[in-house]
Amino acid sequence: MQLLFESLFNGVAIGSVLLVAALGLAIVFGLMGVINLAHGELIMLGAYTTYVVQLIFKLPALQPVYNLYVLVAIPIAFITSGVVGILLERTVIRRLYGSPLETLLATWGVSLILQQFVRSVPLAQAAGVVLALVLGFSLPLVLPQDLLQGPRSRWVRAGSWGVSALAGVLFGSVLASQISKIARATSRNVDVTAPKWMRGGIEFMDLTFPVPRLVIIVITILAVVGVTWFLNRSVWGMRIRAVTQNREMSDCLGIPTDTVDVLTFGIGSGLAGIAGVAVSLLGSVGPNVGTSYIVGCFMVVVLGGVGNLLGTVIASFAIGLLTDLIGAGRLLTIWPDMPAPLESTVQFFATTSMAQVLVFALIVVFLQFRPAGLFPQKGRMVEA
Amino acid sequence: MFQAFQQQRWRWLVFWAVIVAVAIAAPAVLPVFRLNLLGRFLSLAIVALGIDLIWGFTGLLSLGQGIFFALGGYGAAMYLQLNSSSGQPNGIPEFFSLYGVDRLPFFWEPFHNPLFTLIAIWLVPSLLAALLGNMVFRNRIKGVYFSILTQAALLVFFNFFNGQQKLINGTNGLKTDVTQLFGQMVGSPEMQRYFFWVTCVLVFLAWLFVRWVVKGRFGDVLIAIRDDEPRLRFTGFNPTLFKTIVFAIAGGLAGIGGALFTVQSGIVSPQYMAVPFSIEMVIWVAVGGRGTLVGAIFGAVVIMYAKSLVSEAWPQGWLFIQGGLFILVVTVLPEGVIGWFKTDGPQNLLSKVGWVRKLATYPKLEIDGNEEVQP
Amino acid sequence: MTTPLLELRQITVSFDGFLALRDLNLSLQPGELRAVIGPNGAGKTTFLDVITGKTKPTEGQVVFKGRSLVGAREHRIARLGIGRKFQSPRVFEKLSVQENLALAVSRPKQPLDLLFGRLTADQRDQVQHLMEIVNLQNRADWLAGSLSHGQKQWLEIAMLVGQDPDLLLVDEPVAGLTDEETDLTADLLKSLAGDHTVLVIEHDMEFIRRLNSPVTVLHQGHVLCEGSMDQIQQDPQVIEVYLGTQEEM
Repeated sequence: MQLLFESLFNGVAIGSVLLVAALGLAIVFGLMGVINLAHGELIMLGAYTTYVVQLIFKLPALQPVYNLYVLVAIPIAFITSGVVGILLERTVIRRLYGSPLETLLATWGVSLILQQFVRSVPLAQAAGVVLALVLGFSLPLVLPQDLLQGPRSRWVRAGSWGVSALAGVLFGSVLASQISKIARATSRNVDVTAPKWMRGGIEFMDLTFPVPRLVIIVITILAVVGVTWFLNRSVWGMRIRAVTQNREMSDCLGIPTDTVDVLTFGIGSGLAGIAGVAVSLLGSVGPNVGTSYIVGCFMVVVLGGVGNLLGTVIASFAIGLLTDLIGAGRLLTIWPDMPAPLESTVQFFATTSMAQVLVFALIVVFLQFRPAGLFPQKGRMVEA
Repeated sequence: MFQAFQQQRWRWLVFWAVIVAVAIAAPAVLPVFRLNLLGRFLSLAIVALGIDLIWGFTGLLSLGQGIFFALGGYGAAMYLQLNSSSGQPNGIPEFFSLYGVDRLPFFWEPFHNPLFTLIAIWLVPSLLAALLGNMVFRNRIKGVYFSILTQAALLVFFNFFNGQQKLINGTNGLKTDVTQLFGQMVGSPEMQRYFFWVTCVLVFLAWLFVRWVVKGRFGDVLIAIRDDEPRLRFTGFNPTLFKTIVFAIAGGLAGIGGALFTVQSGIVSPQYMAVPFSIEMVIWVAVGGRGTLVGAIFGAVVIMYAKSLVSEAWPQGWLFIQGGLFILVVTVLPEGVIGWFKTDGPQNLLSKVGWVRKLATYPKLEIDGNEEVQP
Repeated sequence: MTTPLLELRQITVSFDGFLALRDLNLSLQPGELRAVIGPNGAGKTTFLDVITGKTKPTEGQVVFKGRSLVGAREHRIARLGIGRKFQSPRVFEKLSVQENLALAVSRPKQPLDLLFGRLTADQRDQVQHLMEIVNLQNRADWLAGSLSHGQKQWLEIAMLVGQDPDLLLVDEPVAGLTDEETDLTADLLKSLAGDHTVLVIEHDMEFIRRLNSPVTVLHQGHVLCEGSMDQIQQDPQVIEVYLGTQEEM
């Protein structure tokens, strides 16, 4: 019984990291058909954001509320990755709608650039860049409309970007002067130290549940619930689904498809940022932290059935449980006196990376029988 | 038409004359280090030809060519190790003893035989490619799903090879530079020069082979698969079979490239199956120009050369440049450099800047970019 | 009565509960020319999908030359002798006119034959002949993608003929053609009937009239009635379907 609980908890923990990482991808891939290979790097940005936020909370002024930094990091990571995603959509992906293979290659290029960016640019300045992007994209939303549509609209827009850039530079230099750790560029991995309340574990039924894992599970649940609510209940969610189903018709009905694209991609990217917060709680953060998740994320989405959130959820937990079952060699504990040849096989796969080998192979075998995943899209439009 | 054909012919002759001249002259002119690099890049050009065949012509973007590349490399490396380990305990390569293995794993036995090795280098990868490809194609999994699955397969092999110390020396890989071949050290300058020439010849043969495949009706079917696969089925062709065959060919070419690359770089390791490297292979073809075979060769050699030059001068810069190339080539240069030249790109550019007046039809330039190919 | 070439028995196709075809029965005699009409959404294209293997019927049987086609893959069905022209012209745009036709006339269609074999003199003549029939002999080296809409339609018809199937399924062959081209297409299809069995789906009533063949009317996935064009036009059910009833308006 205890074994079952332990196994279940570990599986769910692995699955929830996968799920929160794949959630944004499921939206971007499932709803927009965009293959974003830079998704892993957006996760990485979220993780670095957590690190920077943590350092900011270490400043004397914020010391009293230091323990709350994780809660603050979540929205900030969402915004950081989201705004970078929006920049990506506006500049690159927009030109490539309808040609997924090209999108795949271009976003790979973006991922390389982002990896090198965090190596070569001091994190303080990077935070400045993010602030500039946030201001630059959001100023036009708050400025009076007549100013933006007037004869001088070009100047106003250029001016707003100029102000944003200036603010970014200022913010970057202030950060650099206050926090020496992020004033210099480094390609070394950094560590996010968990606040006191997150260390240790909760004892329950003779089992210890590590708190960071529990926090990740909670974050994941909130993210899934939030996304489901947004897509199914909110006005913009309805618009997003409308555009997914029929772009031309939505255009004719007055849905701003352009804005919908930005919004969808921004939310998908933002979710990657939240995943980044979760990832930062698990281990050290480096420029390559995202690449280790990206293939797994795609497998989740493909296994679950593209464009199906429930499928994504089930697939994540299925992969998580299976990985734990194989990787921790739990079959041996469950069935101690299994025949020798079987035992050696089980032993052979009982490491994390070998478990991944087997799980991926199983997924490929599974796709032989259900090529469209657990929950395929049905109907006559699929072929077209 | 006839005239155009003749001109074309003449250009190709010049082009190949230049290439042959370079190949013969290079060992005399280039220092050993550079020659060795060039040889490696030409090995990669063979891989690129395979990618061009499956992606440029057939529309299958594989992100897993590293699997076949590394398999070819492992085959060659193990032969060399076996060939030079008679002095070792148990007569097997030294690394085995580190993990307490005293018998050669059975599947390595036939690699004592040079002929078997020469065949296995391309046959094993291409059979594996046929198997993997058929599993995917049979279910009509295509487009990005195919790409993702090939990438997943790559990761599977990467992890698997990394974990197998007792069979293939795990992460350390197999070294070849201190092994013996024909009584000579493989890493020695003389041997490396021979390998360079062998590579040159094989690039040429691979080019001829792929050209033969894509010319004629077989090649037309490949293009038809790329254009409209369902339509082809209703015409009575079985695309699955064609795709399996070309994927196998590309796998075999990758294996040959991997073997040549291994003997010239001195080691094969699971790093050859790293995810980024396999995607990098695609960019060679994209930059050179997919659907043009010369473009694939050109792209592989030039990009790799640029990579080594930039990395020497400005180590941080290469990822930025490479990332930029990916974005650039799909957004503004979808035909690649050779394709751009073929579609009168230079003329269009000049006329845009105002150098040449726009004409209704452009006379074909004698220099159509082919001369650019020499590295 | 001879055995029919193609027989559809009680075909039902359901897409998530939506019945695209329900209990559809139809049979074609060898050498017959048959027109199929029906308002939008009547299931005309699904009907072709079922015959050519693109869609598997939920229930029912498709029998061609005494053989069941249900579950067979598309290229097998094509090789058995069923050719299809699509509603909007689908030709291989990056291949030339000649290459398109060469693929259609190639037999056998196995990879090794294409790699090592060449077109026979007969097949080359056939390609030439087909180009002349559809008046594309001057466009032999043009990429199919650069042809006009009408030319593509004709190229696809020529490819269909080049495949030399026993049964030709022609989906809207004259959409977007000029009157003159329409007449020529009608003559071409009529001349093919006899040696081949031809099934034409069209909206253009003038064209159907010119084909002078039996007509089958589909409505909501079901055969509404069959008969000559004149009979059809008198049929009150057909009038109701096409013009609508008072209540619907």
